[in-house]
Amino acid sequence: MTDPHVDRDVLDTLRDVMEENYPDLLDTFLTDSESRLQELQATADAEKLSEVAHSLKGSASNMGAVRLAELCQALESDARHKSPAEIVKLVAEISLEFDGVRPVYESERQHTHTH
Amino acid sequence: MQAQEPLTILIAEDSAADRLLLSTIVRRQGHEVLAAANGAEAVELFRQQQPQLVLMDAMMPVMDGFEAARQIKLLAGETLVPIIFLTSLSESEALVRCLEAGGDDFLAKPYNQIILAAKIKAMDRLRRLQDTVLQQRDLIAKHHDYLLNEQRVAKAVFDKVAHSGCLSAPNIRYLQSPYALFNGDLLLAAYTPAGDMHVLLGDFTGHGLPAAVGAMPLAEVFYGMTAKGYGLAETLREMNAKLKRILPVDMFCCATLLCLSSLRRSVEVWNGGMPDGYLHRLATGERVPLKARHLPLGVLSAQAFDDSTEVHAMAVDDRVFLLSDGVIDTSDANDQLFGVERLQQVFAANLEPDRLFEDIEQALRDFRGEARDDVSMVEVSLLAPAQLKPTAPVYSDSGQSCPLDWSVSFEFRGATLKRFNPLPYLLQLLLEVHGLRGQSGALYSVLAELYSNALEHGVLGLDSSLKRDAAGFARYYEQRNTRLEALQDGYVRVHLQVTPQEQGGCLVIRVEDSGKGFDVARVMERPLENVRLSGRGVSLVRQLGRNASWSDEGRSARVEFFWEVQA
Repeated sequence: MTDPHVDRDVLDTLRDVMEENYPDLLDTFLTDSESRLQELQATADAEKLSEVAHSLKGSASNMGAVRLAELCQALESDARHKSPAEIVKLVAEISLEFDGVRPVYESERQHTHTH
Repeated sequence: MQAQEPLTILIAEDSAADRLLLSTIVRRQGHEVLAAANGAEAVELFRQQQPQLVLMDAMMPVMDGFEAARQIKLLAGETLVPIIFLTSLSESEALVRCLEAGGDDFLAKPYNQIILAAKIKAMDRLRRLQDTVLQQRDLIAKHHDYLLNEQRVAKAVFDKVAHSGCLSAPNIRYLQSPYALFNGDLLLAAYTPAGDMHVLLGDFTGHGLPAAVGAMPLAEVFYGMTAKGYGLAETLREMNAKLKRILPVDMFCCATLLCLSSLRRSVEVWNGGMPDGYLHRLATGERVPLKARHLPLGVLSAQAFDDSTEVHAMAVDDRVFLLSDGVIDTSDANDQLFGVERLQQVFAANLEPDRLFEDIEQALRDFRGEARDDVSMVEVSLLAPAQLKPTAPVYSDSGQSCPLDWSVSFEFRGATLKRFNPLPYLLQLLLEVHGLRGQSGALYSVLAELYSNALEHGVLGLDSSLKRDAAGFARYYEQRNTRLEALQDGYVRVHLQVTPQEQGGCLVIRVEDSGKGFDVARVMERPLENVRLSGRGVSLVRQLGRNASWSDEGRSARVEFFWEVQA
């Protein structure tokens, strides 16, 4: 069963590519994403929202967080047309999704530590 | 499959995670990585380290990828530094922006290692191709400079050879590109000792140095022989033999050679392979074509070579016009040739003879849409007697070592008269007497006149009154050729006697022929004038020499020259 939230094949490839730097990548991703989320929550400017969502989308897709990337895409393309209420709702969804996948990456980090 | 060479690759990506991931992927593929977090850092890193390839994120703070790409391309100059944009931009407009900003390709996120490796390989191939092209371009430029320099040197040498000519004489107008020599075009002009003018318009096969290098020996022969007083026929034979000997088999020189004589009011023509020249008679408006009746110089062996010329009467206002095939061969956008008919149209439409060159150039421009620089044209008229070149100044010396008291006699008979021109030798002999050098022009003219009278009117029995009009003129020279070909017997004798006098010396010339003579008394009665075409020899001799007299019923002519030595 393929996980709609995190693509395990991507993680496998990343682990393979990064070798001993895999934990660093995971850390960087988590830290990066947290600060992006904060930016999303802090701003109402449509253009800024688009940019940040775009950035988060990029790294999310690289890290296999498929659903997270989709949500960011939605925010990026429609930020101009959505009402403030809709934006808040979407940002909350993004935040929720991130909280949902964070344990996966943390677990990955634990995993490599024990090797 | 060839292994990819390691490159130095610049990665510009603002997302730390993505930057880390991409750097690792690229390092694993064997390359060295420079990492920047925004456009400004990227440009600075590029300036410092000159990486060979750039992976550029489109959206970055401080300076975005598009601007960074533009700046990097500027810094790279002629060198190709491929820029691959990293983007999750999906709209085609955004992709177009990438390419317009100077991007060479793009890579979508999420990063696919295999695709990335393939793109790096492809871009590197392009980069190396560009490098090769630039290297070869520089090499070609260097060789081109060498060639140009060689040509410069060749031209400088040739100009020294050619400078002894008289192209700047008032009776010559010409148009020639400064690099005509390297198109094979040649234009020479020189005075004969008698004050006649030889003109040569030539066209060597080929271009560049091979075309130019034949011009030098040809010019030497032309100037050398003309200065010594040789006629067209001997000069042509010598030029042909020389070119035949030294040029490769497939090279030759088309040429038209003219001898213009103000004294005889005639132009003698030899055309080997050049386009028709034209003798424009102002009085009647007629343009007589001077057609190519011979092969170019350097083709035929000495035995097969034909040195026969055409002679036309020429009045003071008449003009001879010669042109190279650059005019006729000018083609337009549809590869149609300008051709002889269009040239004739320009002639017909030309109202001011002095503007003929401009009219032709304009017609060529109109036809082709631009000017050509390999067109050579020359227009020659007769020098008015007043314009004849003054004789060279004489250096006075005591003449200690020159012959002052001597005589010599020659007899030239049938077979020799047919093919030998003794005049250059006789003149050279006389010029050993220093005191005579100042009169070499007059000496040559008188000798030539007496000799040709002796040969043509005396031995060949030609009637000089035939030359009174243009048609008769042509007939006269046809008869001359025919009778000369058939000549068996007859002679011309030349006696030269030099004796010293108190302050200088005296030269007595006597010329005798085996002909029938003429009515001396009647001819001497005529006043000295230069207007008529026929019977002018006698006037000339009487004017240029002293104490001219004819005896033995006109078969023997005698004339004296004197000189004084300045103290």
